[in-house]
Amino acid sequence: MLQVENLAKSYPAADGVLRVLDDVSFEMGQGETLALTGESGSGKSTLLHLIGGLDRPDGGRIIVNGNEMTGLDDRGRAALRRGTVGIVFQQFNLIPSLTVSANIAFQARLSDRLETAWVEHVTDRIGLGDQLEKYPEALSGGQQQRVAIARTLAARPKLVLADEPTGNLDEDNADIVLSLLLQVAAEAGTSVLMVTHSTHLAARLGRRLHLSHGRISA
Amino acid sequence: MTVAGLQALLSHWRRNPWQLFTLIAGLAMATALWSGVQAINAEARASYDRAAQTIGQGQFAQIVRSDGAPLSQVQYVTLRRAGWLVSPLVEGKIDIRGDRFLLTGIEPLTLPDNVDATGALEASDLTGFIAPTGMIIAHPSDASAVEKLGTVVREDASQVPGALTADIGFAQQLLRTAGITRLLVLPDQPIDQPGLASIDPSLTLRRAQSQADVARLTESFHLNLTAFGLLSFAVGIFIVYGAVGLAFEQRRPVFRTLRTLGLPLASLMTMLVLELALFALLAGAIGVALGYLFAAVLLPDVAATLRGLYDAEVTGSLTLRPSWWLSGIAMAFGGTAAAASGAFWRLNRLPLLASTKPRAWAAEAQRTNVRMAGVAAVLGLTAVLIMFFGSGLLAGFALLACFLIAAALALPFALDLMLRMGAGLARQAVPQWFWADTRQQLPGLSMALMALLLAMAANIGVSTMVSSFRLTFVGWLDQRFVAELYVRARTPQEASALTDYLADRIDAALPIISVDARIGGLPAEVFGIRDHATYRDNWKLLYAVPGAWDRLAEGEGVLVNEQLFRRQDLSVGDQLGQDTVLGVYGDYGNPAGQVVMGMAEFRNRYPDAVALRFGLRTGNSEAGELAAELMREFDLSPEAVIDQARIKAVSLQVFERTFLVTAALNILTLSVAGFAILISLLTLATMRLPQMAPVWALGMTRARLARLELVRAVCLAAFTGLVALPLGLGLAWVLLAIVNVQAFGWRLPMYLFPLDYLRLGALTLVAAFLAALWPAGRLARIPPDQLLRVFSNER
Repeated sequence: MLQVENLAKSYPAADGVLRVLDDVSFEMGQGETLALTGESGSGKSTLLHLIGGLDRPDGGRIIVNGNEMTGLDDRGRAALRRGTVGIVFQQFNLIPSLTVSANIAFQARLSDRLETAWVEHVTDRIGLGDQLEKYPEALSGGQQQRVAIARTLAARPKLVLADEPTGNLDEDNADIVLSLLLQVAAEAGTSVLMVTHSTHLAARLGRRLHLSHGRISA
Repeated sequence: MTVAGLQALLSHWRRNPWQLFTLIAGLAMATALWSGVQAINAEARASYDRAAQTIGQGQFAQIVRSDGAPLSQVQYVTLRRAGWLVSPLVEGKIDIRGDRFLLTGIEPLTLPDNVDATGALEASDLTGFIAPTGMIIAHPSDASAVEKLGTVVREDASQVPGALTADIGFAQQLLRTAGITRLLVLPDQPIDQPGLASIDPSLTLRRAQSQADVARLTESFHLNLTAFGLLSFAVGIFIVYGAVGLAFEQRRPVFRTLRTLGLPLASLMTMLVLELALFALLAGAIGVALGYLFAAVLLPDVAATLRGLYDAEVTGSLTLRPSWWLSGIAMAFGGTAAAASGAFWRLNRLPLLASTKPRAWAAEAQRTNVRMAGVAAVLGLTAVLIMFFGSGLLAGFALLACFLIAAALALPFALDLMLRMGAGLARQAVPQWFWADTRQQLPGLSMALMALLLAMAANIGVSTMVSSFRLTFVGWLDQRFVAELYVRARTPQEASALTDYLADRIDAALPIISVDARIGGLPAEVFGIRDHATYRDNWKLLYAVPGAWDRLAEGEGVLVNEQLFRRQDLSVGDQLGQDTVLGVYGDYGNPAGQVVMGMAEFRNRYPDAVALRFGLRTGNSEAGELAAELMREFDLSPEAVIDQARIKAVSLQVFERTFLVTAALNILTLSVAGFAILISLLTLATMRLPQMAPVWALGMTRARLARLELVRAVCLAAFTGLVALPLGLGLAWVLLAIVNVQAFGWRLPMYLFPLDYLRLGALTLVAAFLAALWPAGRLARIPPDQLLRVFSNER
């Protein structure tokens, strides 16, 4: 499903160059769930952004679902995000001017893959039946994140990249949201790569990778 | 993908209807003011063209009644019998089942040879044309409408659309009148022809006027209107710029989300272009319609202005032309493109992973302020260069444009400096927060404040110009109309009898005598004046050689009016033809050149000229009694004996009407700016909750926060007013010293009107206060749970 080979990424810094990722390689299979852990600044989010095509690596290769990402232009990477990869952010990133139901269906509609029955199923799973016609601002943080997860999974991506999706939530809400993500992903056969600080949450995923100073350490 | 993306983008406007209203209203108002002014200009020009093509209008001298009433058949016959070769015309508007036409009735047999009024007629048709059953000549596009009259219609492509020609008898029937509008005077008249006044004193001879002259003279007026239209358009576009910029900034997170969800940048940009094009089309259509109404309201005043200034007639009613729609909508598109170009440029450079920092916008705005101040400096320098090296009316307007745009661009930088100074002076927590928060709000308000600056500066500049003009004009009237009474005789014999009668009764009867001439290719008048203290003591010469009045009396030279002086680029002492220019006098409101020479020299050159008008210095006699006595003794009409006060009152009335349009545009521009502030504050109000909520949570009441909002709006308006004052005075100087001289041919002294500026300042503060009242009221009443939600969203 996902192959990352010798990935490298640096940023200019005041005292020269900051190597954020250095020779990172790993693989993920279809339907597999993987927790990416590491201290702050270890390069977790950068790795996720590179896999999601939001940024470009300095070296190495990323192959998603058989597609080599490294050589794709903006339009190609956008198409990959639309069709194959779904991203869940810590900040939810819902569209404030669309209702909850419109937000859930949005990515599926954007990728022209709207399966009404599946979208309804995902909507049922997040349990916000009485809030569907409200706007995101009327929801709590936990509810907004459930909507964000539903939006991603409603488009049936092959791979979900989740960047600390429970980082803004309390413990109870974090458990609910993660359960939802893992259960619906499993139903859809979607792989999940999740960045988290929490060892407790990481333990709930199938496999765990630890990043330290830009390198895989375990 | 496209539908979903567009839906997401457009949903923003549904959730922010005020912003949409701002955008549409700003653009519609900008287009309305622009297309309204264009409509007025186009209508006036079309009117000149129509007049030029209307039979004999301006091409021949004409006889009309002094009181404007139609002439009678008897008057026409009397003139013909007296040997005057004249041809009658009747004109009027007719309504043929909802279509209005200008109908001209002619008498083909007496028309001058070179008037081709019946071009479509064969000689054999002439009988039909003059038959009682009638025939109408119409442009092919009007033929079907005119046929509804049930008369014979002859199509003629050379006919002006909307204008019809018929035989005078038939036209009088259709217009239900027995009168004659005017008589065309044929160019070749008998030598022994008696004077018009001796045949019928109620008639006036209007000299032929070249339409090219009218066009040249009125061009500057239209250019002035266009400049005002552009200024109003610019003020409107500032609103659009603000609304588009704010909408883009507010949607920045949405743009990022859309892109991370897989919408390519090119598609996003295309959708945004489509979205704005849709708004431009809608606002453009509304704007053109509003502009039409605006033009319809102002056209009568413009017509009065043109008549007062140039004696040019604008007779047409407003017609909705396709070219206005197109040009108005094109301006709306162009304005939107200009207003949105910066936002698109920033969007193109927006990194996909840019974090949404609350201060990012303010920081970027500060960098923009510095960049804008740089551009302002370049434009300011350009203005200085134009001032020293430019010439002509266009250079004058270019100077104005550079000057105003530079000031507007520099305003955010200047306001930021003022607010920084305020923050530096603040010692307590609330004032410190107030100034810091105002600075943070400045980017969102700066466009509205720039619009306010331009509107205020235009108001100060134009009102200073008009008031200076008014003061000068009133002073000039006092100099010019010194004689207590003005009397007009009907015949040379009566003039002679009048002067004899008055010889022992008054101090002096000063003849007002002139002949028409062309000087420098333009129409001019040559006057002869008696050497009298009335002139020496009252006429203030703008420039003169020493002993100018003595030399004028000796016939050693002439005085010229300022228009001729500037147009011919003369200096005192220069030769104008065979005469030396001894001095220059102000002559406001008159487009034509004038030359004044001593009476002896005038008589020598123009022995046939007869003085029928006189200015009477009544001395010890009471003017009112003398007027009554003259009317009684000589059977003169009240129009023939006019006192000084009446002449001045009429002149002032013409003056006031002349500037009605300017005043209306001034008020409109200021209203647009006030609207811009209101909308900006309303838009910002929703965005400002995250900044307000913590201050509220720390213990400041909502009512106090609302009061501070009011104070903030008033402070910003006051600071803008402080910048607007010198800018407006600079604008007035450019208008008076450069544009006016180029456009009208006279230079006016500049006076200052501090009370007017104070009144405008107070009005602006009240407008800002009122604009802030609504958003402040909303803030005062905002439910606490909305403020609390700010914190819950941050969890």
